[in-house]
Amino acid sequence: MKRLTCVILLIAALALVACAAPTPTAVPAKAFKVAVIMPSAINDLAFSQSMYDGLVAVQKEMGKDKFEFAYTENMFNVPDAAAAIRDYATKGYDLVIAHGSQYGASLADIAPDFPKTAFAWGTAVDTFASKGVKNINAYTVQADQGGYVLGVIAAKLSKSGKFGLIGPIPAGDGKLHIDGFEAGVKATNPKAIVSKTFTQSFSDAALMSQAAQTMVSGGADVLTGTSQAVVGAIAVAKEKNVLWFGNQSSQVSLAPKNVVATQVYDWSPFIKQMVNNTKAGKLGGEVMVGTLKNKVLVIQYNPDYKLPDDVKALADKTVQGLIDGTIQTGVK
Amino acid sequence: MIDPFLLSMLITILASGIRFATSYIFAAIGETFGQISGVLNLGVEGIMLVAAYAAYFVVLQTNEPGLGLLAAILVGIVMGLATAFLSVTLKAEQGISGIGVYLFGLGLSDLLFRVTVKSVQTVKGFPNIHIPALSDLPILGPIFFQHNLLVYAAFALVPLAWFVLNKTTFGLQVRAVGQNPEAADTLGISVARVRYTTLTLGGALSGIAGASLSIALLNIFQQNLTSGQGFIAVALVYFGAWQPFRVMLGCLLFSMVNALQLTMQVNRIPIPADIALMMPYILTIVALIFAARQLVIQPAALTKPFERGE
Amino acid sequence: MKMKPLDLSRFNAIIVPAIAGALGLLVGAVMLLVLGANPLDAYAAMVQGAFGSPNAFADTLVKASPLLFVGIGTCIAFRCNVINIGGEGQIVIGALLATAVGLTFQEAPSWLLVPGGLLAGFIGGAVWGGIAGVLKTRFRVNEVLSTIMLNSIAGYIMTFFLNGPIMDPTTLDNAIRIPQTQRLPVASDLWRWIPTRFHGGFVLGLGLAVLVYILLWRTTMGYRIRAVGFNPRASRYAGISVSRYQLLAFVLSGALAGLGGAVELMGVTHRLFSDGSASGFTGSAGFNGIIAALFGGLHPIGTIPASILFGALLVGANQLQRTIQVPSAFVITLDGLIVVFVVASQIWSKRTRRVTEEPARPVGVTALQKTEAAK
Repeated sequence: MKRLTCVILLIAALALVACAAPTPTAVPAKAFKVAVIMPSAINDLAFSQSMYDGLVAVQKEMGKDKFEFAYTENMFNVPDAAAAIRDYATKGYDLVIAHGSQYGASLADIAPDFPKTAFAWGTAVDTFASKGVKNINAYTVQADQGGYVLGVIAAKLSKSGKFGLIGPIPAGDGKLHIDGFEAGVKATNPKAIVSKTFTQSFSDAALMSQAAQTMVSGGADVLTGTSQAVVGAIAVAKEKNVLWFGNQSSQVSLAPKNVVATQVYDWSPFIKQMVNNTKAGKLGGEVMVGTLKNKVLVIQYNPDYKLPDDVKALADKTVQGLIDGTIQTGVK
Repeated sequence: MIDPFLLSMLITILASGIRFATSYIFAAIGETFGQISGVLNLGVEGIMLVAAYAAYFVVLQTNEPGLGLLAAILVGIVMGLATAFLSVTLKAEQGISGIGVYLFGLGLSDLLFRVTVKSVQTVKGFPNIHIPALSDLPILGPIFFQHNLLVYAAFALVPLAWFVLNKTTFGLQVRAVGQNPEAADTLGISVARVRYTTLTLGGALSGIAGASLSIALLNIFQQNLTSGQGFIAVALVYFGAWQPFRVMLGCLLFSMVNALQLTMQVNRIPIPADIALMMPYILTIVALIFAARQLVIQPAALTKPFERGE
Repeated sequence: MKMKPLDLSRFNAIIVPAIAGALGLLVGAVMLLVLGANPLDAYAAMVQGAFGSPNAFADTLVKASPLLFVGIGTCIAFRCNVINIGGEGQIVIGALLATAVGLTFQEAPSWLLVPGGLLAGFIGGAVWGGIAGVLKTRFRVNEVLSTIMLNSIAGYIMTFFLNGPIMDPTTLDNAIRIPQTQRLPVASDLWRWIPTRFHGGFVLGLGLAVLVYILLWRTTMGYRIRAVGFNPRASRYAGISVSRYQLLAFVLSGALAGLGGAVELMGVTHRLFSDGSASGFTGSAGFNGIIAALFGGLHPIGTIPASILFGALLVGANQLQRTIQVPSAFVITLDGLIVVFVVASQIWSKRTRRVTEEPARPVGVTALQKTEAAK
């Protein structure tokens, strides 16, 4: 058992080093500290980046001395994320955002241990208040609204009347975006042919690319899609010169001539709301649903794409209709 | 008469299948050389990723796909040499060192990407080649003659690899070293030299495979761009029983089934996507069963480090 | 090859990988410098994150648990010269069956649900490992390939069920954006040392490691498993059915990985979910467990500290990302470097092991050869 003894000694030595290791220096007081745990990379041009951009925007507004944030990316795996959540809470972050649906169960376990910390979980609508948890907020988006607007624009711009919609899996905000897009297209052009494809992967750009090419060969001249793997499809849109409508984060940079508009998730209103709530002592229980109305969903147009005036007007009218409720997407 | 709708679907499947077989073919043919000489290189995926990044970065800077390809080949050679050093000189356990190389490549390519490029951008990769007359043919044109340079190169590589392996002295040495290294050694063939050569060649081809994704097929780079293609390529070598043409057929089958299920989804023919995506893997297992049944001659010394006088 | 004193060579078996790992960290340090981070701060953060507090250490053990299950299964398989790299798929199928038990018997009491779920995981893994075993022993299909394929297939089976039959019925209403089940009944939760995340699964793993040690070195069956791995031809002459023991090794190692999946499910995640691939749920424990087993000298007892060390590496690496804010890609690179260095160093540790104790059979002699021998 000598080997075993050695390893135990090694571990013990490491543990000693750990105790002796300097704790990270404390940051100056007063700054509001936010930590976020994300399933993919901050530069994914999709779900994770939308949160990162939101935090950067809030920081710009409030000032670096008033608002600090730290992030942990590529934490799809729940145990890793749970460790990160607990660690941030231990380190005294004021607000810990678990930016992934899979983190819910762990968050519900951890949050009660840190009654002075505010937590947020998205996309979700459950704050675990029914289980007595008081410090979790939930946030999500009605992505079908923005999808609907983009669908209306797309139907006006398409010449072939064929549309390709690509997603990773038929669930969540991605499905809402795609279903909303379809509803918008159909409402504008009832004869439109809409094909939907799900690749079952959030990361396989090659598969998305192949799906997009298949759609274009089938005659589609407008594509949209969701998840970080769509960059593969956007490259196809660029190469084949068809139109692209984005989701989650601005995707103009990838194909400036082909991206017409993007439904951007701008989380900053929610972040600010939670900051204010937390400062006022309300740590959880808030369910926040992003819509066009509260400007968490933003239709961001590509300045380099010349959208005909009548189409732009129709889009604005659609946005207004969705905001005041005269238009319903019909997506469930 | 064929229904025009079905015909257009068929054209799409074949064209897309041929196009997306490219990266598999480069990687699998490269791996074939290594395996026939007796080394299982599971690190193909890692080499592909770093090479894909290198090619992408160079093209982003210079707009020259040729230079990008060159960079990918260089990266492939360096990582192939490193693999050879691990598995030939240090006699490291090949399956595990391969996973190490994979993890290293997965991390390094993403890290470099994050530091140098930051966010996804498209590049102008190898353009599709328009061949007068041929590209304009109905049906055959879109299937065979509207691809980019690397697609043709991949298919041209297959007979070349067959020739080298079966009709040259070098090919004979490669097979001897993989089949019976002791005997080869007695005949004066340097086992180490042959294996270093095949692994470096395999590395270079894996590099081209990576480049074919980032600067020819997809024209982007992203973390984990290859998403498992390198591992599938390794399996396809077994599938193809170490014969270049059969390996190519395996690659085509794999990409065709993917194209088929995507085309069906796009054309709103209801199929459960998960089941369809599973099919190529199940087919590969079935093919492996048949390959084993036919008593294919397999490299006997595969994954076995050679030690003199053992 | 020179004979060396026994204790020194045993010492080598641990010190050589340790030095190799340290070299890997050294290369990592250079990369950290290039990234503009202080390597000392970075590594201090790693150690801190893995061992710095009871919670941190608990997280390390939680992370180590699936590695331990896969690792001791790997000991059985590799000792029998069966290269099972299908841990990923076996974890997934084990977790899937355990999920089915949890979802079906919502009202069952804990004393039924916990053993039932664990048993389901065990069976699921056994079946998935058994498939590769049958493919190998009856159809002579190389197991490295079949297990890679089966990993992908398991991932798709999981997403198929997650997108349909076992999908959380409230997914759409609750704005859930990934395929997942509802939370399993609380009665299925493993014992947990509140407030940490340490759960009973790790203790179970420790017990099983001892059991596997007894199985391999104190029973006839274990002796035969190792004999088949050590020299299949001689075993056949001795009247041992090589294919039967290879199948057994596959079933057992698969079952342990599947059990690891059930433990991860019932101890940590409490629901099954996926990003479309197996690793979305497993966090690559199916591969890391193999590395832990090799690190532990393919000995179930040695695998215990080895999996804790790897768990610590992974947990500490995440802490590193949080403290220094280096991209997560650095962590993966470092992981790869350490694996490469440790595997490369085996030439020195193996050499000494060979003369002292019965060799941990080099993984290298492949199925292909054995199929040759089986003809």
